[in-house]
Amino acid sequence: MESPFRSEAAAFRFLLITIGAFALIVVASWINTWLGVVVWLLLSAAAAWVYLQQRGPKAPPEHVEHVGPPDERRILVIANETVGAEELLSAISERALGTRAQFLVVTPALTSRLKTWTSDEDAARLAAQQRLDATLAHLASVGIDAQGEVGDLDPLLAIQDAVHEFHPDEIVISTHPEGQSNWLERGVVAGARERFDVPVAHVVVDLDRAP
Amino acid sequence: MTSHAEALHEQHGPPEANQSSRVDARTLGIFLFIGSEIMLFGSFFAAYFFIRVVNPEASTILPEAWQFWPPCKEPPAGGVCTAGQYEFPVFVAGVNTAILVTSSFTMHWALQSIKRGQRAGFLAGMVLTFLMGFAFLLTQAIEYLNVGFNTGDGAFASVFFGLTGLHGAHVAVGLTLLGMVIVRGFRGHYSPEHHHGVELPGIYWHFVDIMWIVVYSAVYLL
Repeated sequence: MESPFRSEAAAFRFLLITIGAFALIVVASWINTWLGVVVWLLLSAAAAWVYLQQRGPKAPPEHVEHVGPPDERRILVIANETVGAEELLSAISERALGTRAQFLVVTPALTSRLKTWTSDEDAARLAAQQRLDATLAHLASVGIDAQGEVGDLDPLLAIQDAVHEFHPDEIVISTHPEGQSNWLERGVVAGARERFDVPVAHVVVDLDRAP
Repeated sequence: MTSHAEALHEQHGPPEANQSSRVDARTLGIFLFIGSEIMLFGSFFAAYFFIRVVNPEASTILPEAWQFWPPCKEPPAGGVCTAGQYEFPVFVAGVNTAILVTSSFTMHWALQSIKRGQRAGFLAGMVLTFLMGFAFLLTQAIEYLNVGFNTGDGAFASVFFGLTGLHGAHVAVGLTLLGMVIVRGFRGHYSPEHHHGVELPGIYWHFVDIMWIVVYSAVYLL
């Protein structure tokens, strides 16, 4: 929902709505105290309904334009704690075989929202950068030329940023298994599939089983 | 490692920030402001409803007088307020409400005028808004002098003066902002393209008006 104070016109409209709502509540209360309570509850329910309606239907998936040579595939990889795992490196290697492919590895900086709002995210970005550097070095050692960057703490925003910049033909998201993954709980994979019209592959990495 | 930004863009200086990754400063500012105002007014409303609903015995220093709202001026005899109850000046505050609501209309008119390049309408709207705001504050001051009770008469008076006074302080701040807009307006500032300095005080003024609707309904009418 947009802020009712986003502009003078919106604030003025909100004032008129407030006057109408409180006039109804006061008149109902004069008739009967409990009627006033009922009107207040009804108006609150109406406000909640309007809020839900304003969210509207889901937007169609965003079209991601292919850029670069026609025979080249661009793969966006999103991972953080699982970024160096064998399962993910295998998935990247598979995609690098037999075709020209460009890779962009994005590691969202994991930190709390409070720290983000207070710009206290240096430590999280440093940790993400270190994981990313190790992964890129590993990929380079097996002949895969990948680029990388640290992304927003919100993985969907990190994906969105990278999509707008990199124009991938496929997105690969690496997470912990179901039940251990915060990203899965937040619906990151499903969200990416809803937002973009490119294939989204999900690689599950169980670090507890790693040798 | 070659960073992606370097590979794609040959540019000097830091790369441009991705907007989706940042909290917009204006959005953050207005949310922080609204949040702080909600907490401020919320604490005063909490005190008001606590005295009125949860712990009415504390509303007055007179025994048994709390059984009425507003409390009796003297202890009731046989369940009846023989000396009558304290009264909130509902009618005067109602007139004041009309003045303040009208000032929001003139504020809206002023902004619409400057957006259309009509300076006369803009200046007239701003001056009218200021005068009505000043009239509101003046009326409230006179109301305080003649209301017939003071904070020493009980907590009901404290919460009354607290809530309406808090709102009055907001009106005073709003008047200061409006005054600055008027001075700048008469100096030829603002245009259809540049009227942000009018828009923001306008938002604040409507906010103050909205809060008064809530205060007036809760304190005077209900």
